[in-house]
Amino acid sequence: MVKQPIITVKNLVKKYGNFVAVDQVDFEVFEGEIFGLLGPNGAGKTTTLEILETLRDKTSGEVFVDGFSVDKDAGSIKKRIGVQLQAAGYYPNLTLTELIELFSGLYGVNVSPMEMLAKVSLTDKAKAKYKELSGGQKQRFSIATTLINNPRIVFLDEPTTGLDPQARRNLWDLIRSIRSEGTTVVITTHYMDEAEILCDRVAFVDAGKIIGIDSPDHFIDQLVASGFEREKQVKSANLEDVFINLTGKELREI
Amino acid sequence: MPQQYSNVKATLAMSKASFRSILRSPSAVVFTLAFPLIFILVFGFIGGGGIKLDVGVAKDNNQQNPIYQALKKIPAIRLVETQSAEEMKKDLEKGRLDGIIDIHTNPGKLPAYTVSVQYTKASLANGNILKSLLNNVFYQINMHAPGAPKPVAELRETTVEGRVYKTIDFILPGQLGFSLLSTGVFGTAFVFISLRLTLVIKRFFATPVQRFSIVLGEALARITFALIGALFIILIGHFAFGFTLIHGFITVINMLVLATVGVIVFMGFGFTISGIAKNETSVPPIANIVTLPQFLLSGTFFSINAFPSWLQPISKALPLTYLNDAMRKVAFEGAGLTDVSHQLLILAIWGIGIYAVAIKTFKWE
Repeated sequence: MVKQPIITVKNLVKKYGNFVAVDQVDFEVFEGEIFGLLGPNGAGKTTTLEILETLRDKTSGEVFVDGFSVDKDAGSIKKRIGVQLQAAGYYPNLTLTELIELFSGLYGVNVSPMEMLAKVSLTDKAKAKYKELSGGQKQRFSIATTLINNPRIVFLDEPTTGLDPQARRNLWDLIRSIRSEGTTVVITTHYMDEAEILCDRVAFVDAGKIIGIDSPDHFIDQLVASGFEREKQVKSANLEDVFINLTGKELREI
Repeated sequence: MPQQYSNVKATLAMSKASFRSILRSPSAVVFTLAFPLIFILVFGFIGGGGIKLDVGVAKDNNQQNPIYQALKKIPAIRLVETQSAEEMKKDLEKGRLDGIIDIHTNPGKLPAYTVSVQYTKASLANGNILKSLLNNVFYQINMHAPGAPKPVAELRETTVEGRVYKTIDFILPGQLGFSLLSTGVFGTAFVFISLRLTLVIKRFFATPVQRFSIVLGEALARITFALIGALFIILIGHFAFGFTLIHGFITVINMLVLATVGVIVFMGFGFTISGIAKNETSVPPIANIVTLPQFLLSGTFFSINAFPSWLQPISKALPLTYLNDAMRKVAFEGAGLTDVSHQLLILAIWGIGIYAVAIKTFKWE
């Protein structure tokens, strides 16, 4: 099967005054894949993501999302994507059910709040307020709001930051299940183990430039082939495996 | 394909969410309902503190006569000498004057003075006080008249029909205005700054919703809430404290129309403040700069006529003054909306001005 690009970015530049946040970036995201944007803080990941999400103007370059140009068809793009923002809040004083109702109004679709909450296993929190949720539940709820309009692509900006290992694994399962429904996922993360397990392809971003795009396996093989060796030989398990082994995979949420 | 995107639906969804949120926010309920009701309760039960009687005196009266001089010495009596008979009669009916006296001098005859007093049912309690003060004055003058068997001065009293202008009739429109002011200014400013800072608005922008839907949805919710609050205050005032609604239902509708105009103007201040303020903690100081002067100087608690003359131009520049004024005219005097077009015009000018500023200062992100 030929891989069909669903997002095409050509020569993307974003400047804030003299500071170049995104510097002539080119990449494609293929339909149905989980694509990771990796890089240190301030590398320009979030800025790039927000340009694709039509939330931020670009300085120059071309961006097409599901065939629509961000310049001309931002409205059409917004209807086709789901966006989870880093640290975004939700309307105060409302329950999860009411928030889903609000978003279905904003997206102009009819969805059953319970069905949406069921997708992220939050039906028992239907009457809770967003601020009463645990970190993992908050992220799951955020992801539920991105699925309301049955999007072609979802953008997740550091969805697992600050979560415990159990909640992180739980979110990986959720992200995989979204992809298995045919939705393309674009994700940013600081956890390389996560990118390695989750992403089909990753792009490394540093100082506003993309310095490499490939599958995690390929990157690792290349590095090993170049003669790289870890200072300490890796054991067949790490401390996180021990953590999960000792505490179990059960989600720790009240 | 999905159905046509509906801005109306999005606006209503926004509105519904906002309204639910307002109802669950303690500060909105406290400012809009609890505060005004507490003030109404306090003033409704206490009434005015020190008594001042406004007594009209005919312009052509000879001010040298002993009765006039004696009345002038009584601190509780304020003699109003500048009005025409026509004006005095109107004010008497409205209860703005507690009585009108007309002192006739009868040269060479007895009684030497005839004093006609008109009281008003609009201010019966004050009329009674005036009556006893007058009796006191007459008693003294008659006693001092040397060896006179016949009364030197005679008192002739009549009472005119009028509506009772109660404390509540003054206090309630003022409190209503204050309620609308705080809902409009504080509510709007807090909501928009918090939606902006917590990135709620940013998340909305990732949906197909239009900006005007967000603002309009918020505004609809707030206006609805303010009107429900206003209706609540009017009804409690009417049934518990006898607040005068001259034409009943029509008066209530007119008051709600005025309330809508008022809250829309005040929301303009809220939008402006949400744009100027850096964070949530800087909202109250800025909002107080807008609300406090109006709270104190716009005739919320005291008639602006009671202020020193240098302060009155400031009072007369504030939008709440005109809202309060229009509310009182509509509720007590039975004025229609066309009768308060002057007040509405000034509110409209304020509205245009403040929204022009709001458009410049409002920030989405």
